Amino acid sequence: MRGRRHWGARKEGDEEAMAFLDRAARSLFLTELLGGLGLTLRYMFKPKVTLNYPFEKGPISPRFRGEHVLRRYPGGEERCIACKLCEAVCPALAITIEAEPRDDGSRRTTRYDIDMTKCIYCGYCQEACPVDAIVMGPNFEFSTENREELFYNKQKLLANGDRWEAEIAQNLAAEAPYR
Amino acid sequence: MAEFWSGFLLPLIIIVLKILAIVVPLLVGVAYMTYAERKIMGAMQLRQGPSIVGPFGLLQPFADGLKLFSKEHILPAGSNRVLFYMAPMLTFFLALVAWAVIPFDTGMVLADINVGILYLFAISSLGVYGIVVAGWASNSRYAFLGALRSAAQMVSYEVSMGLVIISVLLCVGSLNLTKIVEAQQTIWFAIPLLPMFVIFFISALAETNRSPFDLPEGESELVAGFMVEYSSMPFALFFLGEYANMILMSGMTSILFLGGWLPPLPFAPFTWIPGPIWFALKIALCLFVYVWVRATMPRYRYDQLMRLGWKVFLPFSLVWVVLTAGVLVTFGWLPK
Repeated sequence: MRGRRHWGARKEGDEEAMAFLDRAARSLFLTELLGGLGLTLRYMFKPKVTLNYPFEKGPISPRFRGEHVLRRYPGGEERCIACKLCEAVCPALAITIEAEPRDDGSRRTTRYDIDMTKCIYCGYCQEACPVDAIVMGPNFEFSTENREELFYNKQKLLANGDRWEAEIAQNLAAEAPYR
Repeated sequence: MAEFWSGFLLPLIIIVLKILAIVVPLLVGVAYMTYAERKIMGAMQLRQGPSIVGPFGLLQPFADGLKLFSKEHILPAGSNRVLFYMAPMLTFFLALVAWAVIPFDTGMVLADINVGILYLFAISSLGVYGIVVAGWASNSRYAFLGALRSAAQMVSYEVSMGLVIISVLLCVGSLNLTKIVEAQQTIWFAIPLLPMFVIFFISALAETNRSPFDLPEGESELVAGFMVEYSSMPFALFFLGEYANMILMSGMTSILFLGGWLPPLPFAPFTWIPGPIWFALKIALCLFVYVWVRATMPRYRYDQLMRLGWKVFLPFSLVWVVLTAGVLVTFGWLPK
């Protein structure tokens, strides 16, 4: 019994010694450091993943919720009928609408403001709109140098609509089957 | 008057021209070292690096320099004004002054002194003063901690570096840098003294405060270490001095171990290329490895750094000095 235990202990000791030698050799010959250097050198010749942002842009989903626009009908008449559903649904209370009947008897907004600093880009206004008047366009590069410029009024939103109409019409058409 | 001209003024002008011939390429080298570092590290991280200013971003270093020139420089309240401005100047000055003894080719050296290697060693050790003075004069805790670390680190690694240099000197039999290079005609010392070469290179990383030994400026714990309080031109001087030191250390490595200006093989296609170009290529290779290591290794912890310096490098290089001396004596290879 005693001999066997002794033998077992020796075997364990040998293994320990071997592990020590192994570790010592690894650190002496810097194998792990050299392995790491090899890895970075291999990566150096891989193709780069950089997207040259201002010159190249990544693809954007047709559902992308960017800057708001107010759209018009092809004839030039503004779509918004001042139902105020968007104002009601807006969780951030970013939309302010005032409305009264126009001279021809149709109901239109006199004021349509979106405070872009409050907006959380949830897209509920677009969901709520029965006439696809307020839509979130594909534009996300509308930073300004001061806060006041981000208080959008009706004029600004309609101008945005005229500017982005082509892309927005395309996106809405692409999304139509899922709505 | 003629006496004054030929005896004093002409040699002075020649020396100043020689100094300019060394310093101007050196500073351009420093500028492009920063560019190369960003490009290489970018490539290793699958990025592009600077690519907008000029073709391939080649004018980026100058844009950065211009930016640093035009920044406001701030003198922290409670700092020691004289020392605060002296520190970066000292770092920069020491990084440049060491180049006086570096030989670029046979006889192409500003001051061919017989204790060249001692001079180099002394100057590179003095570099720590710039950092300690900066840390103390800033009157900031981060800066002070960075300076303390730097002092301890540079002292620790200079010991083993000195022993490495001794083992090279044993094989050469001279302290003159030109002689050291010429002793490598048959074989570069990097091959017979490979472990010493590795130790010297790693110590040089520690000596120049480069990653993975960049504890003095470890930004994750010390913000920017000894140069937290520096901005604008004084910061730029630190930066230039640091990179000039890296180039100097690469120069030292190539003189001591990679045969300086000697071509890798002493026959036709290699001997056509002039010595200074070989020297520059070897320096560039060393600098590439500096950047490569920086892109690969994480920073050492402070105790690991000290352990490596005192418990691994010091005994190892000591043993190797004895071994080198023993082999040289046993086989009668001692240089005359």
